[in-house]
Amino acid sequence: MKRAVNYRPDRATGAFLALLPFAFALVAYFLASEARLAANPADRLMPSFGAFADAIEQFAFTENRRTGEYLLWSDTAISLRRIAIGLGVSVLLCIVVGVPAGFLPVLSRLLGPFVAALSLIPPLAVLPILFIVFGLGELAKVALIVFGVAPFLIRDVALAVQQIPRELIVKAQTLGASTWQMMTLVVFPQVLPRLFDSLRLSLGATWLFLIAAEAIASEGGLGYRIFLVRRFLAMDVILPYVAWITLLAFLMDWGLARLSRRLARWRAIEKGEA
Amino acid sequence: MTEIVVRNLTKRYGDALILENVSVDLPDHEFCVVLGPSGAGKTTFLRILLSQERPTSGEVLIDGAPLDPEPQPDRGVVFQRYSVFPHMTALQNVMFGPQLRAAPVTGRLWGARRRALRERAAALLGDVGLGHALDKYPAQLSGGMQQRLAIAQTLIMEPKVLLLDEPFGALDPSTRKAMHRLIVDLWARNRMTVVMVTHDIEEAFILGTRILMVDKRRRDPHAPQAWGSGIVEDIRLDPAKKPPMPEEEREEDMAAIFARHRARAGAALVAGAEAPPAPRRAAG
Repeated sequence: MKRAVNYRPDRATGAFLALLPFAFALVAYFLASEARLAANPADRLMPSFGAFADAIEQFAFTENRRTGEYLLWSDTAISLRRIAIGLGVSVLLCIVVGVPAGFLPVLSRLLGPFVAALSLIPPLAVLPILFIVFGLGELAKVALIVFGVAPFLIRDVALAVQQIPRELIVKAQTLGASTWQMMTLVVFPQVLPRLFDSLRLSLGATWLFLIAAEAIASEGGLGYRIFLVRRFLAMDVILPYVAWITLLAFLMDWGLARLSRRLARWRAIEKGEA
Repeated sequence: MTEIVVRNLTKRYGDALILENVSVDLPDHEFCVVLGPSGAGKTTFLRILLSQERPTSGEVLIDGAPLDPEPQPDRGVVFQRYSVFPHMTALQNVMFGPQLRAAPVTGRLWGARRRALRERAAALLGDVGLGHALDKYPAQLSGGMQQRLAIAQTLIMEPKVLLLDEPFGALDPSTRKAMHRLIVDLWARNRMTVVMVTHDIEEAFILGTRILMVDKRRRDPHAPQAWGSGIVEDIRLDPAKKPPMPEEEREEDMAAIFARHRARAGAALVAGAEAPPAPRRAAG
């Protein structure tokens, strides 16, 4: 009898195993939904797959009579735009602040404790302030994402910068590198994979802050829609929206992983992935 | 001409006295090996020459001028580890230094100047035996190859002084011998001074024209930190009269090494074990 740690599934078995929990969840939902609908055909908590199809048809492929939009797509565009701006600004801050703050001892003294304190403020507690200061428009929602994600990214990248072996920095100086050259040509490329990793880890928080902001004050977006139809117990809309958000988050994670491997091929080689 | 003068150098960390009153003159083109037990301060000595550390008192002069307080291209360095940039290919690593000087903002040359530099870097990589690995990343190179790359990266800057901090300490013995040959060859062809730190006495005698032994001159068992290290031995070797370097095998020539060791094993070899196993065909 082999020890359990030594059982390695082959490719096909691995794929089967990976799909198994998903299939199990779907089947369990189907059975439970059938049972509830059999007892009460007007049940709204666990709609049938047919009801999902109708809702998807209505939200994704039917023009809205009032606005002339396809709601799912316009909601998606609105939300993705907010995420793109929020994450874009966060990454920019992380590069412009995090790399120098990790590399230059004076800046790290100046900014380290402050950024650490910032990152400990619960972003949702700041949301009212953001609404008061920036109003109820786009800016407050993007600001919440930045406030929630940027301090974490900055701290993580600054830490990664400090872990670069001292020898490499001394070596760069013996090759005549200036501070600017070390920062842009030695430090930044070496922490780039870490930036991608921490960005991927922040995706969950990003969506959380987006949906929170949209739920409270918004006129569109995936989070707005979910909280709007909640009033009608429209589980047939909410569940496909949740699945769609999950798929979007998964695709973003996958895309970032691919981009990271492409932009930092050396790291993939080090890890034996290429 | 490069002359290094070290005068009354002392280095102290808090209460611990590491180096005490070290003075030495290194004339042009010396291959100076600094020997000493662990903790004797030989790496501290090298770091001071590199300007990675500042002496507590005393001074170091290169050609009569005091050392720049920061590491500069006049002194190249190869460490035991982390000497090459992991995110650059071999060629990019060697082309890095000259581009920094030529392009302060982007660190990147273009066009004909880039092609000329590329050629010079490729030639240098060929000299150190990496002509076949120009586009490999350090992670794809063996330990010995990484050190060859680090040496080439340093040499392209034509430093006055080459500082080596146990550069071959992590290499296996046959690779180490190949590296000895390479470094002596490069030292002879380039008019630079080498200062190398090692704890391998055999290596010191093979390579050095000058051997400095660094150790504590006095010990107080009750206060081991009270006395610092100084130079306890200082000898010169004439490279022309040295015994030739032991005939070395090529880095990757495992078969030759194996054959020699098998011959040396002599009577210890168990008869019959040598016969190759009968060729077997894979069934099906």
